[in-house]
Amino acid sequence: MTDLRVSVWRGDESGDQEYFDVPRKENQTILDVVTYIQRNLDPTLSYRYACRVGMCGSCAMSVNGVARWTCRTHVDKVCDTDELELRPLDNFPVVKDLVCDMQTFFNKQKKAGGAFQGSKSRDDGLAIIKPDSKGRMAVDKAIECIGCGVCYASCDIIKWNPDYLGPAALNRAWTLVEDERDTRRVDRLRAVSGDAGCHACHTQMSCTQRCPKLLSPTHSISGLKREVTRAALKGEI
Amino acid sequence: MSPQHSAYLWLAQRVTALVLAACVIVHLITMIIAVQGGLTAGEILARTQGSIAWLLFYSVFVVAIVVHAPIGLRNIAREHLRWAKGADIAAVLFGLLLLVLGFRAVWGVFS
Repeated sequence: MTDLRVSVWRGDESGDQEYFDVPRKENQTILDVVTYIQRNLDPTLSYRYACRVGMCGSCAMSVNGVARWTCRTHVDKVCDTDELELRPLDNFPVVKDLVCDMQTFFNKQKKAGGAFQGSKSRDDGLAIIKPDSKGRMAVDKAIECIGCGVCYASCDIIKWNPDYLGPAALNRAWTLVEDERDTRRVDRLRAVSGDAGCHACHTQMSCTQRCPKLLSPTHSISGLKREVTRAALKGEI
Repeated sequence: MSPQHSAYLWLAQRVTALVLAACVIVHLITMIIAVQGGLTAGEILARTQGSIAWLLFYSVFVVAIVVHAPIGLRNIAREHLRWAKGADIAAVLFGLLLLVLGFRAVWGVFS
């Protein structure tokens, strides 16, 4: 097999693409390519990963212009030619090379009321929630987020309005709004509204198209729009 | 903007979008029928002058536009021009302009 011509972002906010030749192999992931460069060609290359099996959400980066989780993305699936362009995720400040600063991303989850607040203590019995109840089914569709930032990097609204909470934070909020054990519903609905909240979403669905876990943040955001509006009409928020 | 106002703006834009969808269809069908025998001012005025039904229809049409369009333009101004309070003021002024021009036209073909 031929070599891959890999262009990798080097630097922080300012920098340039640097080229490396990497042997192409069968079943090679993008993360394999980056790891090969760091271990064999340039040990100063910085990138982030942990689990390598699509669970931790650490390794996302921009691959040929599209945000992807790199540990589960095969080169063959995204690369028709022998050229590969790797860059840090869009919409995130760059720390170094392929490493982004995720602080704002996670702070927005907190700002959107992403922390669960129940009414029971550990001494109370477990809540009984029917698996086929409407709320539980809505939560099921949105609960597997791994916080990789792919949706956030793919969202045009964040490019235009950096204060926008973003798909991941709103998706998380939706899982709690629909969680019948949670007690902060009104606070959360208040937190996810306003010009930087759920109503700012234009339903372009880039987040849904790119989510590696096949979630639909767009659907969650639509749910929030409805719930916030209902709460406003009832005078709850 | 407060959470409540933000939700009201969103709802107002969606509801007026529904109204506009119906109004635009009626308007287009009317235009297609109206031009069959040639388009003249006299023919249009013959249909609309003194007609309470057309007065009400086009009044609803104008009100829906006055509510719908400025909300969308406000969003565009905020996102693409990075206006903050200025976007609210500009949207209100644009809405007032549409209101005056719209009802001037509606009254023009009714009276």
